[in-house]
Amino acid sequence: MIQLLSADGTRTPHEEFDEVLEAGGLATPERLRGYYRDMVMIRAADLEATSLQRQGQLGLWASALGQEAAQIGAGHAARTQDYLVPTYREHGIAWARGIEPWRLLEMFRGISHGGWDPHELRTHPYMIVLGAQAPHAVGYGMGLQRDGAVGTGDLERDTAVLALFGDGASSEGEVAESFTFAASFEAPVVFYSQNNQWAISVPTSVQTRVPLAQRSRGWGIPSVRVDGNDVLAVLGAVRSGLDSARAGEGPRFIESLTYRMAAHTTSDDASRYRPGSEEEEWAEKDPILRLRRHLAGLDEIDEAYVATCEEEAHDLAMQLHHHIHGMKDPDPMIVFDNVYSEPHPIVDAEREAYVQYLSQFEDEEAGR
Amino acid sequence: MSIVQLPIAKAITAGLRDAMRADEHVLIMGEDVGVLGGVFRVTDGLHAEFGSQRVVDTPLAEAGIVGTAVGLAFRGYRPVVEIQFDGFVFPAYNQITTQVAKMHYRTGGRVRMPLVIRIPHGGGIGAVEHHSESPEALFAHTAGLRILAPSTAHDAYWMTRQAIETDDPVIMLEPKRRYWMKGDVDTDHRPELSPWQAAVVRPGTDLTLLAWGPSVPLALEAAASAAQEDVSVEVIDARSLSPIDVPTIADSVRRTGRLLIVHEAPVLGGLGGEIAARITEECFYHLEAPVLRVGGFHTPYPPARTEHAYLPDLDRVMDGVDRLLAH
Ligand SMILES: Cc1ncc(C[n+]2csc(CCOP(=O)(O)OP(=O)(O)O)c2C)c(N)n1
Ligand SMILES: [Mg+2]
Repeated sequence: MIQLLSADGTRTPHEEFDEVLEAGGLATPERLRGYYRDMVMIRAADLEATSLQRQGQLGLWASALGQEAAQIGAGHAARTQDYLVPTYREHGIAWARGIEPWRLLEMFRGISHGGWDPHELRTHPYMIVLGAQAPHAVGYGMGLQRDGAVGTGDLERDTAVLALFGDGASSEGEVAESFTFAASFEAPVVFYSQNNQWAISVPTSVQTRVPLAQRSRGWGIPSVRVDGNDVLAVLGAVRSGLDSARAGEGPRFIESLTYRMAAHTTSDDASRYRPGSEEEEWAEKDPILRLRRHLAGLDEIDEAYVATCEEEAHDLAMQLHHHIHGMKDPDPMIVFDNVYSEPHPIVDAEREAYVQYLSQFEDEEAGR
Repeated sequence: MSIVQLPIAKAITAGLRDAMRADEHVLIMGEDVGVLGGVFRVTDGLHAEFGSQRVVDTPLAEAGIVGTAVGLAFRGYRPVVEIQFDGFVFPAYNQITTQVAKMHYRTGGRVRMPLVIRIPHGGGIGAVEHHSESPEALFAHTAGLRILAPSTAHDAYWMTRQAIETDDPVIMLEPKRRYWMKGDVDTDHRPELSPWQAAVVRPGTDLTLLAWGPSVPLALEAAASAAQEDVSVEVIDARSLSPIDVPTIADSVRRTGRLLIVHEAPVLGGLGGEIAARITEECFYHLEAPVLRVGGFHTPYPPARTEHAYLPDLDRVMDGVDRLLAH
């Protein structure tokens, strides 16, 4: 497992990744402070979302607690033109792509199935059906190949795709088929799996007997396993993978070893299947604490900066709180919107009939 | 005491437990069915009692779950497979439709497929996308599959047992939003009514209201509400969706002259259409009005905060009743 930052913040050099980080200016003290701030912000948003769920404001929340480095690192490793293909727990990826957290909450509140324009933000919609997004990522990459957007040598233009999925989802047939297509067509795709050790109650050992990273090698897809709680290792691996993919060197696979600190979702009770001691053990490897220790060791962070981040995080949580509490329920007529891009007589007739049906109640109200 | 009060979820647990005690070839397979006891806790306690050889937390792959269950059935096992939510059955759709459904037919009856595929189904729980689907028509359209849709705890217990005992593959559609609805379960006396038959759950004379699974309590509520306006509604719980018990429904319609079918699934291409056609064929001269359907729209299942518009509710069912009686 590749690690650049140990749990106590000690920095270990890594030839390939250091070169990549250096070249991209990704590990300057200013950048590091930025990642720290990002992680603090999304953690606060995440905790607020959990409490909004408890208040009945969200139907469900899938916390990404503990996976901040695995997501913030990967999100910032992507270049602006890259296309990111997330699951449903990718709140740090969304943050790094500039997707406002309330847009994620829309989905968990149950007012939309997808909160952003995938083309505009170059980020695929969240995906709940496990593994279903992986072939989309490969197909997007195949499109890039046909558009001449791969392998021209222009780092600011050549494009690659980051396909995310969990350790559990790695067992789905569509992920295996995606490996086959990507390898066969040398598609510019980096498969990135956050192995957070659990698929609801099922440990990763049920999905794979060998380190997950080895999975792709039978396809001839080179792979690495990195410490997913180490933002620098993640940045190095993902940037290196995406740059090689954009250069036309075909797919890669990265296993990012991390830990799901919270229950699977707000509907889940993790104490039924895992010991609390495991959570305590992983709290020691916390990604945010680790980066802060590293910055402190470099003498690049002070109390004032930490305090400002915390204040901003608190403000973000408050904003979310007010935004969500102030959200109106959607007009039920949206049920009929966007089923097709062109008129469809059956949908139109059903919409019309529903309007008629509703108008009876208005008449009744008016008659009273 | 042979009669116990159980929520539907726990009646299914009891059915599974008793079936596993009675026949060591019964196995449970699925995602999170072991130590966790399933996300709805339907398999709660079974792993502790029967161990990991018989209650199997599988890798996360539905095609693999159903496909390996087919292989186990070839070896004489009777796998009970849990699909975590209705929307996640589709990776297994190939195995279910091309393999499970057809194996008996294509082996000239030499190989039986005593598989049970349990699917929590339907909406109304405020869930995120893909957790509220009603795919019964897709399976009912596939010859070789049987489908049961219990609406009470008693049926849930016995249908679980009978589905496991049946040598044909059975899809059990469990009414997830009614999992915690309680009812009396008599675990000692096998019901006289076959699981493949419909039941008249409230007699009436003016109109027949047919429903299944999660919609049955709604149909009963509608009948009670109609009774206040002196309209006598006969409610039928279809119970089995493949086969559909047409004779019981036709019998009722010949008496009432009117049929309203309620289901959560989209009306377009839904099972209500098939039933309407058959009833029209069989009872044409008894019908006072066209058969009407109340159900989901020709749209994807919408976001949770609009699902009240999509799902049939008391008002929409009563509107259907009014429209039928207007003829
Ligand atoms: C095809 C499919 N099957 C089942 C589910 C139900 N489900 C949702 S999340 C989950 C576990 C996923 O584990 P993993 O891929 O490791 O991601 P994590 O939740 O740990 O982020 C399951 C079984 C689903 N969403 N999609
Ligand atoms: Mg996982």
